[in-house]
Amino acid sequence: MLGRTANGLYWMFRYIERAENGARLIDAGLRMSLTRSEATEDDWDGVLQSAGVRELYDQVHDKLTSSDAIDFLLRDRANPSSVMSCIEAGRHNARMVRTALTRETWEATNECWIEMKQSLTRMVRPAEMPEVIDAIKRRTGLIRGAFHGTMLRNEIFNFSRIGTFIERADNTARILDVKYYVLLPAVSAVGSSMDNVQWESILRSVSAHRAYGWVYDAELKPANIADFLISNGRMPRSLAYCYEKIVSNLGYLAREYGEKHAAHETAEQTLQSLRSRSIDDIMDQGLHEYLEEFISHNNRVGQEITDGYRFYN
Amino acid sequence: MMNADTSPRQPYSTYHEWYASQDRNRLIAKSKEAENIFRKTGITFAVYGHADSSEKLIPFDLIPRIISGREWRRLAQGIEQRVIALNAFLDDIYHKQEIIRAGRIPRELIEKNDAFLPQMIGFRPPGGVYTHIVGTDIVRTGEDQFYVLEDNARTPSGVSYMLENRETMMQMFPELFHQNRVRPVENYPYLLRQSLASLAPPGCTGKPRVAVLTPGIYNSAFYEHAFLADMMGVELVEGSDLRVIDGKVKMRTTRGYTAIDVLYRRVDDDFLDPLTFRPDSALGIPGIMDVYRAGNITIANAPGTGISDDKAIYSYMPEIVEFYTGRKPLLENVPTWRCSEPQSLKYVLEHLEELVVKEVHGSGGYGMLVGPTATKRERTAFAEKLKERPGNYIAQPTLSLSTVPILVNKGIAPRHVDLRPYVLVSDKVQIIPGGLTRVALKEGSLVVNSSQGGGTKDTWVLED
Repeated sequence: MLGRTANGLYWMFRYIERAENGARLIDAGLRMSLTRSEATEDDWDGVLQSAGVRELYDQVHDKLTSSDAIDFLLRDRANPSSVMSCIEAGRHNARMVRTALTRETWEATNECWIEMKQSLTRMVRPAEMPEVIDAIKRRTGLIRGAFHGTMLRNEIFNFSRIGTFIERADNTARILDVKYYVLLPAVSAVGSSMDNVQWESILRSVSAHRAYGWVYDAELKPANIADFLISNGRMPRSLAYCYEKIVSNLGYLAREYGEKHAAHETAEQTLQSLRSRSIDDIMDQGLHEYLEEFISHNNRVGQEITDGYRFYN
Repeated sequence: MMNADTSPRQPYSTYHEWYASQDRNRLIAKSKEAENIFRKTGITFAVYGHADSSEKLIPFDLIPRIISGREWRRLAQGIEQRVIALNAFLDDIYHKQEIIRAGRIPRELIEKNDAFLPQMIGFRPPGGVYTHIVGTDIVRTGEDQFYVLEDNARTPSGVSYMLENRETMMQMFPELFHQNRVRPVENYPYLLRQSLASLAPPGCTGKPRVAVLTPGIYNSAFYEHAFLADMMGVELVEGSDLRVIDGKVKMRTTRGYTAIDVLYRRVDDDFLDPLTFRPDSALGIPGIMDVYRAGNITIANAPGTGISDDKAIYSYMPEIVEFYTGRKPLLENVPTWRCSEPQSLKYVLEHLEELVVKEVHGSGGYGMLVGPTATKRERTAFAEKLKERPGNYIAQPTLSLSTVPILVNKGIAPRHVDLRPYVLVSDKVQIIPGGLTRVALKEGSLVVNSSQGGGTKDTWVLED
C-alpha cells in the first residue's frame, strides 16, 4: 500500500473518531448545565480543555459563554477540532483514499458530510441541539458499521483501526486529565452532589454512565471511574482497551510485512504498563502525572507509526 | 429521436413505446433519484474559480441517446482510421518528418508549437504507441453524417461518466435493458488495464505494475482518476508518492519503494517532469523523462501527443489521414479557417455572426465565441482580440447539429448533443460501443461542456 494511503486512512479514522467524541463532549456539557441549579460557564471551560481547544477559543472570542463555546466546538471552521472541521477533514481524507474503501464505507462517510454540512450551516438553536448531536452520533456510527461490515481484514483495516484507537486513547486521557482533581481522594468520604455531577459528566463524555453501573456498584466512586476508563479491558473507550487494539493491529502488520518498527515496542510497553499498574498505585503516584505521561507516549506511538510506515517520506 | 414524419426513428422505436407508457411525474421523480445517487457516490467535478461551489454535479438526463448498430459500425471504422493516422503522424513527426518534407504540413506549424516536445524526437515509446487512450469528439448532423470536432489525444476525460451513467440507468430502469439489446460498456476498465499492461517496457519481467497518476484531490477530474484506479485494481498515485531510484520510477509504499512499469498519467505534459519541463511543477516526478527515454517505464499517453490534437493541426487532419492510410477519410472534418492566414482572417472577421471562433490551445469551452448567439458587443470585443493575435484562433461554421430529446418538466424537448467515444490503442484499436454523450441543456445552445452548464446522457449502441 502507498505510504500516503496509509496516512490518509489513519487520519480519516482519527478525524471521524474526534468528531464523534466532540459530539459526546458537547452532550456531556449540556447535560451538566441542565443538572446544575446555577449554570456556570466554568463547565464549558472544562469541556473546551478536554477538547484541547481552550487557548484557541480565547484567540477567537473575548469572553466565555456557553452558546459561543458550543458553536466553537460544533461548527467553527476556525477550530480544526470542531465537529464540522473533523467531518470535513475525515471526508477529505476518505476522498483521497477512496480506492482503498468499500463503496459502502465511502458512501457512509460522504453522506455524513452531506448531512452535517446541511444541518450545521447555521448556528444550532438549543431546542435543536439533541437532534443534531444524535445525527452526528448516528452518522459516525453508520460509517463504523459500514466499515466493519464490508472491509477486508487486511492492512487497510489495520491502519484505519490504529488511527481510531490512537485518537480515542488521546481523547479519553484528556477527558480524565482535565477532571483529574475531582477524582482525587476527597476530604469527605461521600461525594457531594456537586461531585456526583462532575463524575457522571466524565462517564457521559465517554458514553459509559450506564455501563459503569453494570460493572461496578451503582454508586459512583472516583477510583472505580478511573479504573473503568484507564484499566478496564472490556470498556471500549478505556486506555487499556485502546492499547490492546493498537498492539494487535500493529501485530497483524508485523506478521504481514515481516518487520517491526519502534512503534511496536513503544505500544507494547504502554500496554504492559496499563495492565500491570493497579488503579490505587496510579492514584498514589499521581493521576495527573500518569495521564500526562500516557498522552506523551501515545503521541510517540503515533509518530513512530508515521515514520515506520513511510506516511510522508 | 423522430423522423421528419414524427414517427420514431428506428433505433428509438422500442424505447419510444416504453416512454409512451410511462407516467411523466414518475420519470421526473426518477430524475431526482439519479441526482441523489450521483451526489451520494460523490460523482462530482470541480469548477475552477468557484470557491463556493468546489464540487458540482454534472446534470444527468435519463433519456438515453440511441445509435443503431449499422450507424455505429460506420462511425467506428472512421474513428479507427483516424486514430491509426494520429499515431502514424506522431511517430513521423518525432522521427523522419516525411509529412513536412512532402509539403503537406508547414514546418513552423509543428516546430513553433508548444505542444511539440523536442525531448520526444528520435524516441519511440514501447510498442510504438503514442496515444493509448483517445476520445474523439463527434457530432451528427443527419443520417450517417458525422463530423469530428476534436481528436482528444492527450488525457481525454469523462469515461467515468460513461460508466456511471450506464450503471445508474441499469439500476433505475432494468426493464429497458431486457427490451433493448444494448452493447455493454462495463468492461472498459478491464480493457484499459489489459491494453496498458500489454505496452509495458521491454525490460519489464513478470506482471506489469500499472498505476494512475493524478494531480490530486483538487483536480477537476479527481473522481474519475480514483474511479479508474479502483476499477482497474491499481494504485492511484500522486507525484509526491513517486521517485526515481536506480533508473526506475518507484512508488513509496508502507514497505518501501516498489517499481512501476506503466503509468497512466492524468497530469499534463508541462507538469510531468520538473527537470525537463516546468521547473515549478510540484505535480510531477523529477527525472521521469530520463527513465522513460531509457525504456524503463511506459507513460500513457506519451508526452508530446498534444501536437496531434492541436486545433491548428486539426484543419490538416484530412491530409494527415490520407497521407498515412492512403485512403480518403471516412469521417468528415468541420471546415476550418486558420486565422493565421490573412485571407481566412479577413473572411472570419466579415462573417463573425455565423461562425464559432475557438482558441487554438483552449479547451473546456472557455475563450470561445459562438457567433450566432453572441451579442453584437461581444462580437466586436472578440474581433479586437482576433486582430491582435490571429494565430491564436481558428473559426468554424456552426453545424446544424442533430438534437436528441431530454426530459424537462413539461415532457420532452430537443437539445443539441455531441458524442465522445473512447478508443484504446495497443497492438489493436478497440472502440468502446457508446461513449459519453454531452448535451447542451439550454434551449438552442450549442455548448455542451460540463464547465459551461452541459449535461450528460447514457449512450446506447444497439446490437443489430
